[in-house]
Amino acid sequence: MNGGQDLGGTHGHGPLMQEPDEPVFHADWEKRAFALTLAMGRPGGWNIDMSRFARENRPPQEYLSMSYYELWFYALETMLKERDLVSDDEIASGHALGPPKPVKRTLSVGDVGQVLYRGGPTERDTNTTAKFKAGDRVRAKKINPVTHTRLPRYVRGRAGTIERVIGCHVFPDSNASGAGENPQWLYTVRFDGPELWGEGADPSVKVSIDAWEPYLEPA
Amino acid sequence: MSGHDHDDHHHDHDHSELSETELRVRALETVLTEKGYVDPAALDLLIETYEKKVGPRNGARVVARAWADPAYRARLLKDATPAIAELSYAGRQGEHIVAVENTPKLHNMVVCTLCSCYPWPVLGLPPVWYKSAPYRSRAVSDPRGVLADFGVTLPKDTEIRVWDSTAEIRYLVLPMRPAGTEGWSEEKLADLVTRDSMIGTGKPKQPLEPT
Repeated sequence: MNGGQDLGGTHGHGPLMQEPDEPVFHADWEKRAFALTLAMGRPGGWNIDMSRFARENRPPQEYLSMSYYELWFYALETMLKERDLVSDDEIASGHALGPPKPVKRTLSVGDVGQVLYRGGPTERDTNTTAKFKAGDRVRAKKINPVTHTRLPRYVRGRAGTIERVIGCHVFPDSNASGAGENPQWLYTVRFDGPELWGEGADPSVKVSIDAWEPYLEPA
Repeated sequence: MSGHDHDDHHHDHDHSELSETELRVRALETVLTEKGYVDPAALDLLIETYEKKVGPRNGARVVARAWADPAYRARLLKDATPAIAELSYAGRQGEHIVAVENTPKLHNMVVCTLCSCYPWPVLGLPPVWYKSAPYRSRAVSDPRGVLADFGVTLPKDTEIRVWDSTAEIRYLVLPMRPAGTEGWSEEKLADLVTRDSMIGTGKPKQPLEPT
């Protein structure tokens, strides 16, 4: 979706603010929101692409005025409510108002280390052949899906060079909507600064994205 | 709003908003715990892991080893995920890591314009600026300007390569080893490696700077 999250090349966001000796979390609620989000991934049954879409799928003015952990937390509420795991009444009252919905599994304290260490690799076996190879010229397609995508607006319609064939990876555009992993070949595509930002842009700048094959066409 | 006679309106407003979210987080944790969906001890361990165990000191050890051991450096640049796992760093948000090396002719810098993808096992959770709109918007269109904000100036003919983390590949910058560190131990070298130098928005400390 062309939402508030797609920030590359946009203007007016003000100066960069650095914080010396920044703590990992800035408030206790941030810690709990972070941990709840990680822990509920198991019983919730959603995937990372669904989480990202739940965070970005809101009016841009809201997205831009919320902090990172606010985006995480309200996305968590959304995903829990969509799956009937909690209700608005329960959040308002602060207590469970009915029996739990059966879930496949939860995250026990004994599993935390192993679950984090394993992570969620997204590379998949395939019997297909990659359409492009390193050095090929490609163009990012002009697409404007209202659903989740990982093709940023600033490269759409721009020509670049395949730098690396990464492998076959879960395709977020499918995975976010529940349509399955639909693995696709993934490439690192490098663009010249002036191709992205126009004549006169710094020619010493190159920008790359990682793009799945359905985002690309030969140039 | 609380209705106090408050002259600092903005502050009061921020405070009320935070409190509302804080109350909702507490309420949700209670509901999820009562329903048996979460184990509060697991939540505590998740927090402790990212506050105390997983952070940029991990990445600094990787970089220091690459500086000290040419064979390790070669493995890291060829396939970073197993090379990093040699030091027991792996997993969530670092399932597929690529290390990119700075040289006198090439400077690498990492961003995620679409959210805040970041190599957790080696750098921990991202700082606020990395997740912020000012960084995510400008890193791809004006990286030299962003670097200047970080106090980093590069020769005009140094190529700047920005890696926008749009997929599940996570990038770790291997900064240049500071001069004057010949023969240093890995431990001592690791003290020179800053978080920002591994994102590409900073340089390592120099041997004479206080560490």
